[in-house]
Amino acid sequence: MIPASFDYVRASSPDEALAALAEHGDEAKLLAGGHSLLPLMKLRLASPAVLVDVGRLGDLAGVRQEGDTVVVGALTTHHDVHRSDVLRAQVPLLAHVAGQVGDPQVRHRGTIGGSLAHADPASDLPAAVLALGGTLTATSAARGSRSIAAADFFTGFLESALEPDELLTEIRVPAVPDAGWSFQKFNRRALDWAIVGVAAVHRNGASGVGLVNMGPTPLLAAGVAAAWAGGASPAEAARRVAEGTEPGADMNATVEFRTHLAEVLTRRALEEAEARPQAGPG
Amino acid sequence: MSTTDVIGSRRLRREDPALLTGEGRYTDDLPIPGALHMALVRSPFAHARITAIDTTEAAAAPGVRAVYTAADLEHLWANPMPCAWPVTDDMRNPAHYPLAKDKVAYVGDAVALVLAESNAAARDAVELVDVDYDPLEAVIDLEDALSDRVVIHEDLGTNVSYRWDLELDEDAVQAAFDGAAHTVSGRFVQQRLLPMAMEPRAVAAVPAPFGGGVTLYSATQVPHILKVMAAVTTGISEADIRVVAPSVGGGFGSKLNVYAEELLALALANERKEPVRWVEERGENAQATIHGRGQIQEIDLAADADGKVTGVRVRLIGDMGAYLQLVTPGIPLLGAFLYCGVYDVPAFSFTCTSVFTTMTPTDAYRGAGRPEATYAIERAMDLLAAEVGVDPAEIRRRNYITKDKFPYTAVTGLEYDSGDHEGAAAIALDLAGYEALRSEQAERRAAGGTKHLGIGMSSYFEMCGLAPSRVLASLNYSAGGWESATVRMLPTGKVEVVSGATPHGQGHETSWSMIVAERLGVSPDDVEVLHSDTAISPHGMDTYGSRSLPVGGVAIAMACDRVIDKARQIAAHQLEAAAGDLELSGGVFRVKGSPDKEMPLAAVAFEAFTAHDLPDDLEPTLEAQVTYDPPNFSWPFGTHVCVVEVDEETGAVEVRDYVAVDDCGTQINPMIVEGQVHGGIVQGLAQALFEEAVFDADGNPQAASLAEYLVPAAPDVPSLRLGHSVTPSPTNSLGVKGVGEAGTIGAASTVINAIVDALSHLGVTEMRMPASPLHVWEAIQAARGTGGEGLVAEIATDTAGADRDAPSDTLSPQTQPGGGA
Repeated sequence: MIPASFDYVRASSPDEALAALAEHGDEAKLLAGGHSLLPLMKLRLASPAVLVDVGRLGDLAGVRQEGDTVVVGALTTHHDVHRSDVLRAQVPLLAHVAGQVGDPQVRHRGTIGGSLAHADPASDLPAAVLALGGTLTATSAARGSRSIAAADFFTGFLESALEPDELLTEIRVPAVPDAGWSFQKFNRRALDWAIVGVAAVHRNGASGVGLVNMGPTPLLAAGVAAAWAGGASPAEAARRVAEGTEPGADMNATVEFRTHLAEVLTRRALEEAEARPQAGPG
Repeated sequence: MSTTDVIGSRRLRREDPALLTGEGRYTDDLPIPGALHMALVRSPFAHARITAIDTTEAAAAPGVRAVYTAADLEHLWANPMPCAWPVTDDMRNPAHYPLAKDKVAYVGDAVALVLAESNAAARDAVELVDVDYDPLEAVIDLEDALSDRVVIHEDLGTNVSYRWDLELDEDAVQAAFDGAAHTVSGRFVQQRLLPMAMEPRAVAAVPAPFGGGVTLYSATQVPHILKVMAAVTTGISEADIRVVAPSVGGGFGSKLNVYAEELLALALANERKEPVRWVEERGENAQATIHGRGQIQEIDLAADADGKVTGVRVRLIGDMGAYLQLVTPGIPLLGAFLYCGVYDVPAFSFTCTSVFTTMTPTDAYRGAGRPEATYAIERAMDLLAAEVGVDPAEIRRRNYITKDKFPYTAVTGLEYDSGDHEGAAAIALDLAGYEALRSEQAERRAAGGTKHLGIGMSSYFEMCGLAPSRVLASLNYSAGGWESATVRMLPTGKVEVVSGATPHGQGHETSWSMIVAERLGVSPDDVEVLHSDTAISPHGMDTYGSRSLPVGGVAIAMACDRVIDKARQIAAHQLEAAAGDLELSGGVFRVKGSPDKEMPLAAVAFEAFTAHDLPDDLEPTLEAQVTYDPPNFSWPFGTHVCVVEVDEETGAVEVRDYVAVDDCGTQINPMIVEGQVHGGIVQGLAQALFEEAVFDADGNPQAASLAEYLVPAAPDVPSLRLGHSVTPSPTNSLGVKGVGEAGTIGAASTVINAIVDALSHLGVTEMRMPASPLHVWEAIQAARGTGGEGLVAEIATDTAGADRDAPSDTLSPQTQPGGGA
């Protein structure tokens, strides 16, 4: 549990962080809450030469509303996302999902930006941001800022659309105070990653369904969302959940069981979303 | 609090303030200037020949002082690593040295070591040691091992370590089955478990100057045994080895051992004359610390028309792992005597074949053989209940050894000291609301639905405080069952107690001080307890097998009595009274009939110290040393009830209620008893629902971190509701029995019985542990596949043939024709 040696740069401003990324390129990794990266380093599964610590960039933390959009700073901790009054009122799904990540210690250190940038298909927040149709803002020293739709963000296993010199600065999600929503997380211990998870949101005929751990990346269940938006019952819509998925097998689930669970959980998610529009976060 | 009602009070643990404020001194906390840090190069292969090791680059790395392979260290070993339980005269035991030389036999087998000036430098250098392996086929399935398809230790010619039979009356067993009205058979797999003590192992060996020997600090349960075994293995004089177990953060049996790292640190510190230390990483702990369980059990019951059991037949395959550690081969034997459970069984046979596999060695883990045995008989009793067509509580009632039959001589020849199974079961069933639960279950089944209510129960005996020594001899166990205690009254009236038992989290200091306080009439706060250092406590058999109260605590009580006997003579002399006329009460001697003539024990202690006026034939000082070899094991018992809700769609099991009635005789401190029972139940429940040391077909551990090895955390376990009965042990003056393993022994079968009960109407009759959502769902699918006839033909695949990374075993429980749910 001792990482290989590395250099450490503490950024005191976003510009410093971007400059360090520009200098070190592929050799550098950003360190925010550290709850995904540091375990990998301690197990020596990751050995970045340089860590650029952005953990103290307070400007990148916090939640604010801009019209019909809620903007979440990338360094907002899961705990703060979970407790945000703005999110609880405007995007209760996201506030709820953040409260389901790991355990209290993880939620007080881990950040939403770190979780999204890590692009772990087993993480909860990516599926929620996908279901909500969120947009991510990335910034580099050379090219300035750009927006990336969540649907385009997750490109491979632990791979995102971020370039090596880019910093994820904010996550923008639509305010949906009157939407029905549900998050079904199925795991064996409370602190574990989901074996399968389903995030669903439904408003005025528009639907989004995100899947946790059903392939190499966080996934949108487009077929389910389309059927559901088209008036199919939860059970009918859920039958399309396997479309486009590539679930893996591990100790907790075979491919067959994982696919079965996804259908059961999707049905339950859609039923709950239909049953409790405008409900607050659990 | 009067000092005469200390026993039975819920006194807070004196150990906790230091532990809770981070003041506990664990081995790795010890400041040892100049210590070299050791790190091990471990095999990534389960089975391979070592063809070359190049240490050049590692040896040249910054901070590295030495790199050793097995060939470099051969001169340090007088003997191979110890196995203290050669269960049969012809048991096969491969020579096992701290570093593997020609072959590795499990992932984690150590092949080289680095000594460096920092732990980081040592760990970095490990990555620079270049080992060439020629991989061989792994053997992870017990029946595959038995076939000798791949022989792991070629010089032995077979993978079978031993076959051990409990040689009883085989004809009587055959007659029981020939004449049976009902028979049932079960085949159960005890999956491998990781003991996962909170503190991993740690060692520091510190040589004294001027040839003064070596002090070996170790996170061990067994400093006394380690001292003897380290001397035997290294050839260093026992007089030159002092072993100290500082604060130890749990063991659960995993630190009841003598490990390579302890011997390496000791031998290298002794040779180099500089301190050597090592601390285990969590991932190493999963590979290089012993595993628990690992058995395939086949059990047959014969019963008469009423369901009264007439015969029990057991066949066992034990998974030894790659080598025999300290008591590896004995674990199945510890269970052998408990396969008749708490029932009045007239005929019994038991055979065990134990095999080597290419996995981490197994050894004692909380309960050590006894949870496995209890699981088999308690699952089989549920099968019998279904076969006979009576309620599981009723089948047990018909078979319990009744209260009036104690002491009861079992068919195995062992004598059960005391018990009241029907009484404990009645309390547990009442507490759980058993009848109402059965009604609710019937109503819900009639109403239909996808969540199913299940109720399970188990009754158990815990065989603990292994003794007397001559019985251990009959089992070829190479140690005694005694324990040593010294009680000395200091001149100021305070008391110093020295025990040869070695606490590592249980609260022994609190419990023992309460015994002394009650006996001597002093405050528990005035009792200092010394232990776990062979220089302070030279004689001891250490702590394991729930022995530290029924053996260690009783020894302390006996030493108190001897102190009182001597003090009585001094007091009689001083008070000019006959010793027989003195009564000790509240720490004061009084002369019967002369209430004004009295002498506090503290005053006697001072007289014994000054020795100015002692009786002519009495030596100064007030001290007694006792070595107690109990006349029998002690036999705690109880009944557990578990209530579950099983989600048919997802396979999820929710434990709705858990009730346990554990009878450990007289309770010294009910709060500590409850803590032991809580922890024990959670570990049993963890086996039933969460934990498995999974290996893939190539012998790679798949659950070597706490992300994959699912130790339950607080949100994952139910609130436990405890009741108790008190049936004192007649074999010791305190009336106590052990309690450290009781919860674990009763829990796993209780949970699984509940899950199978919940799904019995769907045709499920067996459940593979852990009852994960996957396993539960697969069991339901399999039951449906057979048309709900009550047979689960195949729940899991065979490990060796597994084409997925799931664990592996073959479960094919067969009820007899007409049986099943």
